[in-house]
Amino acid sequence: MAEKKVSILVVDDEESVRDSLYNWFIDDGYDVECAENAKDALIMLEARDFDIILADIKMPGMDGMEMHRRIKTLNKEPIFIIMTAFASVDTAVQALKDGAYDYVTKPFDPDDLSHLIRNAASHVTLKAENISLKDRITTLEDVDDLVGESEGMKHVLREVESVAQSNSSVIITGESGTGKELIARAIHSNSSRKYFPLITVHCGALTESLLESELFGHEKGAFTGATFNRKGRFEMADGGTIFLDEIGTISSKMQIELLRVLETRTFVRVGGNKEITSDFRVICATNRDLKNMVKNGTFREDLYYRLNVVNIRIPPLRERVEDIPLLVNHFIRKYCKSMSRDLISVEPAALKHLQEFEYPGNVRELENLIERAIVIGNGKEIKLKDLPMGREVMSSSIESLDDLEKKHIALILNKYNWNISRASKALNVDRATLYNKIKKYDLEKRTR
Amino acid sequence: MNKKSIILVSCGHFEKNVIDKISTDLLFFFGFPLDVRECSLDLSSFYNPTRRQYDANLILKAVSEHSSPDAIKTLGLMRVDIYIPILTYIFGQSMLNGSTGIVSLYRLRNELYGLEQDDNLLIERFRKVIVHEMGHAFGLIHCLNPTCIMRSSTYVEDLDQKEMEFCYNCKTELDEKINGYQT
Repeated sequence: MAEKKVSILVVDDEESVRDSLYNWFIDDGYDVECAENAKDALIMLEARDFDIILADIKMPGMDGMEMHRRIKTLNKEPIFIIMTAFASVDTAVQALKDGAYDYVTKPFDPDDLSHLIRNAASHVTLKAENISLKDRITTLEDVDDLVGESEGMKHVLREVESVAQSNSSVIITGESGTGKELIARAIHSNSSRKYFPLITVHCGALTESLLESELFGHEKGAFTGATFNRKGRFEMADGGTIFLDEIGTISSKMQIELLRVLETRTFVRVGGNKEITSDFRVICATNRDLKNMVKNGTFREDLYYRLNVVNIRIPPLRERVEDIPLLVNHFIRKYCKSMSRDLISVEPAALKHLQEFEYPGNVRELENLIERAIVIGNGKEIKLKDLPMGREVMSSSIESLDDLEKKHIALILNKYNWNISRASKALNVDRATLYNKIKKYDLEKRTR
Repeated sequence: MNKKSIILVSCGHFEKNVIDKISTDLLFFFGFPLDVRECSLDLSSFYNPTRRQYDANLILKAVSEHSSPDAIKTLGLMRVDIYIPILTYIFGQSMLNGSTGIVSLYRLRNELYGLEQDDNLLIERFRKVIVHEMGHAFGLIHCLNPTCIMRSSTYVEDLDQKEMEFCYNCKTELDEKINGYQT
């Protein structure tokens, strides 16, 4: 996309000034227009925006200062630079007080003019970049990655919207691969805490002592290897949100610690004695049945109720098969873009099989299938043969039962590194039978 | 061979070897031969006693009157201090895609900045400003490449820093523009 030129409006009653500045700015590649008085300039400003306005302070009729005041009432915010033939500290101060960007005395030193406009132009560019970056943050808020038109997903999105603005704790439940972290991110991005961090902790991946240090931080010398002070995740999440993934895996001791932190919002670093306060919101996720764990006594009831103020259940993919074509297109766009490839399509037979598959790994599994198909495919269309389940479908139509048996025996033998005892046990046949089958199918140990 | 030429109007005396170098430059970069004409202008009519400088806009208009139908561009060479009303001084002036330009030697002299006289450097600067202004006349805008001849220069040091050549992008654009003139 071509970069937008910085636009400049020159307002001066002297034709020679207008022409000179026009030529000067045109040579520099700016988009320039001129007006010979403030009235004409205001009419032009109603029709279009300018990034920079360079206006003479003394003009017949409305002067530059008054024109600046009127521009502000139009809700426009161009960079306003006042020019004058007579230097006057009072007018300069007044112009700057009124919000002018700068004040220059005619005639300008060419170098001063160059610097002034270059600085103003970079201010304009920075402002535009700032807006664009903020828009990009907003785009994240728009939950672009949460794809789906099914009732189940619409319900989830409605819940995200209603819960985002509150400070309540949320538990997100759903099978592995359904997108629990995406939902947590969406809640955070749509909350008033969005400009503060979202800190994620995968509780299941850490041992009890590591998790304690990770959550609360530690002081230097608290344990072997604690060579410096370290902030914990609760401290880092101050002002923002902490997302505790796989909350169902934490130990009883950590459950007590967590409950205490949630009640008081204060904690002490491991090995420390100073109480630290942090303002955070808690979002948890689990693929376990916490209610059942409470019944079994493996999860504290008081912690469960403290966390489970709002429960959002994400349906597994098999309950929202109508979303599969949308998700397929979403992942195609995502991976074609990241691999710098042209967008590709899906042949109907492949899409049909994608819709019929069970997906024990849910959306994550579908995503992986699409990524893999794009990598191994022909670059134009995802075909049935590019999908693992597609290959099974295709091969089953041409292979006999013997072929299948041969393939399975070879698979098991390779799995157990041709240990006949273990392979025969796995296949539930005796060793002699397995030897006979190996001979029959002419199987050989593969060497690498 | 091109029938059209770049007309050079010299207002003031310039050594033959200087004119020859300029002629070589313009033929090399723009592909048009030089047609040198003596200037009949009385520069005193463009003198502004308040500023003690010469009005470049008025000179530009007068130089354009020296043009002729076989001129692709017309360039005036001066030795006087030129200005435009809004700026304290200029090295040269030409309209973007315009037919006329002027360049002055006056502000390019080392002595003006308290430095030792250097005639070779002076001519090198002069040639750079001429090629730069002709670049504008052929439709090129200022370039951000620090060594490109189309980089904006408001001090002589800026002129010394840039090379006597167009960067790849400006050269490509210039070739397209020149082709437009030749077809």
